[in-house]
Amino acid sequence: MAKQHIKLTVNGKAVEALVEPRMLLIHFLREEMGLTGAHIGCETSHCGACTVDLDGRSVKSCTLFAVQADGGEILTVEGMATADGLHPIQAGFIEAHGLQCGFCTPGMIMRTYRLLQENPDPSDAEIRAGLAGNLCRCTGYQNIVKAVRHAADAFATSSTASEAAE
Amino acid sequence: MAEVAAMTQEEREATLGGIGSARKRKEDVRFVQGKGNYVDDLKLPGMLFGDFVRSQYGHARINSIDVSKAKALPGVRAVLTAEDLKPLNLHYMPTLAGDVQMVLADGKVLFQNQEIAFVVADDRYIAADAVELIEVDYEELPALNDPTAALADAAPVLREDLEGKTAGVHGARRHHNHIFTWEVGDKEATERAFAAAEVSVKEKIVYQRVHPCPLETCACVASMDKVKGELTVWGTFQAPHVVRTVASLLSGIPEAKIHVIAPDIGGGFGNKVGVYPGYVCAIVASIVLGVPVKWVEDRIENLSATAFARDYHMTGELAATNDGRITGLRVHVLADHGAFDACADPTKYPAGFFSVVTGSYDIPVAHVVVDGVYTNKAPGGVAYRCSFRVTEASYLIERMVDVLAHKLGIDPAELRLKNFIKAEQFPYHSALGWEYDSGDYVTAMRKAMAAVDYAGLRKEQAEKRARGELMGIGVAFFTEIVGAGPTRNCDILGVGMFDSCEIRVHPTGSAIARLGTKSQGQAHETTYAQILATEIGIPSELIQIEEGNTDTAPYGLGTYGSRSTPVAGAAAARVGRKIRAKAQKIAAHMLEVAEDDLEWDLDQFKVKGLPEKIATMKEIAWAAYHSVPEGMEPGLEAVDYYDPPNMTYPFGAYICVVDIDKDTGETTVRRFYALDDCGTRINPMVIEGQVHGGLTEAFGIAMGQEIAYDALGNVQGASFLDFFLPTAVETPVWETDFTVTPSPHHPIGAKGVGESPNVGGVPAFSNAVNDAFAHLGVSHIPMPHTAPRIWRVCHDLGLTGQLAAAV
Repeated sequence: MAKQHIKLTVNGKAVEALVEPRMLLIHFLREEMGLTGAHIGCETSHCGACTVDLDGRSVKSCTLFAVQADGGEILTVEGMATADGLHPIQAGFIEAHGLQCGFCTPGMIMRTYRLLQENPDPSDAEIRAGLAGNLCRCTGYQNIVKAVRHAADAFATSSTASEAAE
Repeated sequence: MAEVAAMTQEEREATLGGIGSARKRKEDVRFVQGKGNYVDDLKLPGMLFGDFVRSQYGHARINSIDVSKAKALPGVRAVLTAEDLKPLNLHYMPTLAGDVQMVLADGKVLFQNQEIAFVVADDRYIAADAVELIEVDYEELPALNDPTAALADAAPVLREDLEGKTAGVHGARRHHNHIFTWEVGDKEATERAFAAAEVSVKEKIVYQRVHPCPLETCACVASMDKVKGELTVWGTFQAPHVVRTVASLLSGIPEAKIHVIAPDIGGGFGNKVGVYPGYVCAIVASIVLGVPVKWVEDRIENLSATAFARDYHMTGELAATNDGRITGLRVHVLADHGAFDACADPTKYPAGFFSVVTGSYDIPVAHVVVDGVYTNKAPGGVAYRCSFRVTEASYLIERMVDVLAHKLGIDPAELRLKNFIKAEQFPYHSALGWEYDSGDYVTAMRKAMAAVDYAGLRKEQAEKRARGELMGIGVAFFTEIVGAGPTRNCDILGVGMFDSCEIRVHPTGSAIARLGTKSQGQAHETTYAQILATEIGIPSELIQIEEGNTDTAPYGLGTYGSRSTPVAGAAAARVGRKIRAKAQKIAAHMLEVAEDDLEWDLDQFKVKGLPEKIATMKEIAWAAYHSVPEGMEPGLEAVDYYDPPNMTYPFGAYICVVDIDKDTGETTVRRFYALDDCGTRINPMVIEGQVHGGLTEAFGIAMGQEIAYDALGNVQGASFLDFFLPTAVETPVWETDFTVTPSPHHPIGAKGVGESPNVGGVPAFSNAVNDAFAHLGVSHIPMPHTAPRIWRVCHDLGLTGQLAAAV
């Protein structure tokens, strides 16, 4: 199968690659780029373990072709922490015990990232609705909701602090 | 040690992070950064990818398999069929239940999606292409999807390989599709109890086939090093040491030359206990080709081919007095094991610990018969987040107690209180032979009832019933039996079900401990370190926990049946005591006093009466490597293999409140209160998380999950389109609570908790739904309680459409 040339940005880094047109984005990320944070749980868009951020939207990378991400900007869980430490969402998941086996966690964190961009102060019901495309078999979601709340509060505190500093 | 001396007692305790501390999980730091290491994350040089051709039919003869087109496809390296495995005698493999299972279809297929051929190719795309190119010529045979029909005289013979075998490992087979009969209890005494009973109830209760469905499917990578003659297998194994033993027995490779590694596992819930054809085929392919071979199930394969759970078709009977004293229990079970008996139970227990079915009640006599049956369904029968067959038992007794309560007109909670085993009766010997270690059921039940204002709920329900509304209150009180188990009666393939812990304390006062279990999300790296911290006085933060590598970890039987804390956790406590005993000798030498002059104080030894004379564990660790007493060997390490004297018996009281919409059949869980008693609590945060998770799985099972088969043997519900996994939207909010009744025989009194919420949760939901209809003469509505099914119940009772009629 003739390979296609794609150019995209992954976690702030410019990437060029030749891929088979049928290669799924999740396989491109995991097997070509070695970014194994996003997982494969169903290959049918149901479980959300493969969730990454593409051009400002949460996408399920198990049902997108890599060529569909051509020209796009992707953020994965590996791109969340900085030299200063964990992203507040990552810290929130640890703090609120929002994970157990860890398999859904990268997808949950990336979905939370977008959810909080869209709605910085969600109610519990809005958090639950916002995470409806991400399944977790271990936690029963209650502590995931708390983790998201924790992260939202941390953002609110830090933006209040930075406003105060200005 | 200056820093210790400067700290207050509270600060020292916080630094220690021992038993009872809600310390954050050590594993999280890597998981939240996508740095977990799961099997499918492995990528080895030259690694190939395997994929299966699977049966389209539930039951068919295979006339021929044409693999020529697949073999001709560029990138395909091998195709295996049963014919290739026969010379190796690997076309069948032993199951954990003493049966054999086809690795690849040998002349016929017995369930839909059964493995027929294994393709090995350069990548997963080429492997998938090749699967499509393999032509199988089938001759369809009648399929059996019902265990009762399977035992009819004229039923087709499913297992032709067993022809003429009138007995299996569990005794006589009385029909060609019959596997075993397992009987326990006193039949005659039970018959007498029923004959003399003032009242009795009988109900057919089916616990539907479901699937543990961890988010990560089963997978392995096999890598044969032909030069060294060594095989390494990374896999999603809940019991890696047993996998190594089985791999050695099957392959003939010495066990020392097999390295089995279970890396991070994305949930197990019983699904990852068994040995599957995918593992065998990947290993064979790697041995043949000399390169690593990866096999990863997709979701449909997971739900339709690797181990299911339940499928118990039970008939329960209770005998009682008119005032509600239970006088006898009788149960018959048709256990649908599918095409091969691949149950994962201790060898002597073909129905697991189902005989804990007398539950939390002081029932004087009982009799249980379980008949195992073959059908054209996937093999398995694992404990899906419960100890072996305990959730089936709990569901049966908890439904039956409600059925009896409604017949007698006694409140279900009151009937339970009347029949509970009382605190003073422990250790309690049940009619079916178990010795319950400890419990205080009345206290737990009363606490639960007070917490939810049970009387207030019943009052509200009466008012709603008067208005024609459907409100249900589900009461469930469960007793688990976990921590298998004493090696005198528990083994897997002949290996006793002990477990182990090995620890090395390093000179500078940190430590590494390795155990024979394997976390799949249970936070072992966090909680085992807490047990050890309390025992040896080294902060849990400084104790590294490792599991899953059979080269480095001591032999253990793995993690399932809530056995990690009761068995390996006990080994951890005991290994810590061995370390402390040696540390005490070293401390005595350091402080120039007799051993008996020392007393233990959290993280140090101090001289009695001279509190300023201390030796901290950090100092002792250093001394262990340079100035031990004369005659003592240097170093500070120990190992413990723990053979528990008994199981542990966690228990709990759950109350669920539901509202049901008559016109849609939708059930809304308004409130769910769960009180768990798991004995000593190691990490309250982790316990609460496990209870939340287990309740959510119970909710899924009770309200929607089912792996059904149609009359042609087609599996229904084997994808996330059909198999109900609750999302954050449907999942109720959980209220958790606890009492603490330590296990008297466990070194730290802990009992295990991860599976309790499933064991108690399922009957609580089902009892709530049933209770909503109890006043309408309904005695039992089968699970799963989906909206269409509940709507059908409402419709049949004439409850639907009243709203429209009123308008």
